Amino acid sequence: METGTSRVKRGMAEMQKGGVIMDVMNAEQAKIAEAAGAVAVMALERVPSDIRAAGGVARMADPTIVEEVTKVVSIPVMAKARIGHYVEAKVLESMGVDYIDESEVLTPADEVFHINKNEFTVPFVCGAKDLGEALRRIQEGASMIRTKGEPGTGNIVEAVRHLRLIHGQIRKVQNLSKDELFNEAKVLGVPYDLLLQVAEAGKLPVVNFAAGGVATPADAALMMHLGADGVFVGSGIFKSDNPEKFARAIVEATTHYTDYKLIAEVSKNLGTPMKGIDIKTLSGFDRMQDRSI
Amino acid sequence: MKIGVLALQGAVAEHIRGLEAAGAEAVAIKRTEELESLDGLVIPGGESTTIGKLMRKYGFIDAIREFSAQGKPLFGTCAGLIVLAKRIEGQDDAHLELMNMTVQRNAFGRQRESFETDLDVKGIDEPIRAVFIRAPLIKQVGEGVDVISTYKNEIVAARENHLLACSFHPELTDDYRLHAYFVNMAREAAERRG
Repeated sequence: METGTSRVKRGMAEMQKGGVIMDVMNAEQAKIAEAAGAVAVMALERVPSDIRAAGGVARMADPTIVEEVTKVVSIPVMAKARIGHYVEAKVLESMGVDYIDESEVLTPADEVFHINKNEFTVPFVCGAKDLGEALRRIQEGASMIRTKGEPGTGNIVEAVRHLRLIHGQIRKVQNLSKDELFNEAKVLGVPYDLLLQVAEAGKLPVVNFAAGGVATPADAALMMHLGADGVFVGSGIFKSDNPEKFARAIVEATTHYTDYKLIAEVSKNLGTPMKGIDIKTLSGFDRMQDRSI
Repeated sequence: MKIGVLALQGAVAEHIRGLEAAGAEAVAIKRTEELESLDGLVIPGGESTTIGKLMRKYGFIDAIREFSAQGKPLFGTCAGLIVLAKRIEGQDDAHLELMNMTVQRNAFGRQRESFETDLDVKGIDEPIRAVFIRAPLIKQVGEGVDVISTYKNEIVAARENHLLACSFHPELTDDYRLHAYFVNMAREAAERRG
């Protein structure tokens, strides 16, 4: 009997496919998310849009929040640790969190090194803007990848950019000869063996979700259309006028992302979506996606 | 044999690969009308609460019960096992309520307790590699249910006539003997239907 194997950790993410993972800040929101059909909840102290508004250093949530959420739902509970913050991750693991997001939404604890996720029993998800980042995180032990997007903006454009780029780069390496692949590994800054796996399989060796800026059911469906395995929704749901209805609408649009009549139906009267932020107005410092490479 | 994989949420592609490797034609099923042409249906691993809700929403509960009433085989893995069960511990109602057994969700604990191991399965020669992820257990089986695998004296796979269920994930390995076992069940059922 073996726990924490790569198959067990990656397999956990496979079971989330086609689903929606929702940010929640307390037990009550967690129950709403579960009732709406979320496949997992991300327990947080503040959603990304509030982190953005508040400024300052964003850290791992108060363990009380994680504990409360864990008590009230039967679906998996995820929580965020700062990039490179080994101890926050160990604390979350010790609390029985089912998946850790080593996340750029929080202020990085280390601007160079990520956590060595291979030595954990609990699986990790990490953000990526391109194939190089995705494979570096997988080499460090990430069992799931998500686009970084630009969290808390309600603007899907960066998530679209990242997913398109990753898929475009995968298609490119599929067409490279072995000798070209050696050089491409060097250019991308990734291990050759991992890149070869991607070239042969035509996909990442782990599940790849969309995250960062999903604000409407149609946004979620767009990411599925572009080939995401599932969707993270952060600030959108509990910042909306009717979180229950909004959450259900996102779940249905994700499952039936090619059924446009259904998406029209579930999108009716959802109230005002997040106002959103034009990415061009963000200064370098405010771009969470640039916090790691 | 044409086998469907219920594709509302979960590990659909892996089952399709497994069924194809076992010689069947495999298709993802998102609507009830697509059930008609099938010889069997797999309910995959995923989140049982999510799959259950979406099944209710889109009329799959009645449609799959009818499918089963025609003697067409069903195979539930992990969440799929929970969905097939007549009774779920700690809950007043279950989902399809087809298979005469009581299941316990997340029976091994949280994700850090998830594991893989080798298991003997009745009807399959050599042990298979079984991956348990936040897995359920079959705590009790009623009349007509044949226990086909146990782990530490707990039931992890069972069969009741045309219904097959296991708490682990055969679709996460490259060993598709359990898929072949199910495709064979579908073949026998099709022969009986004539």
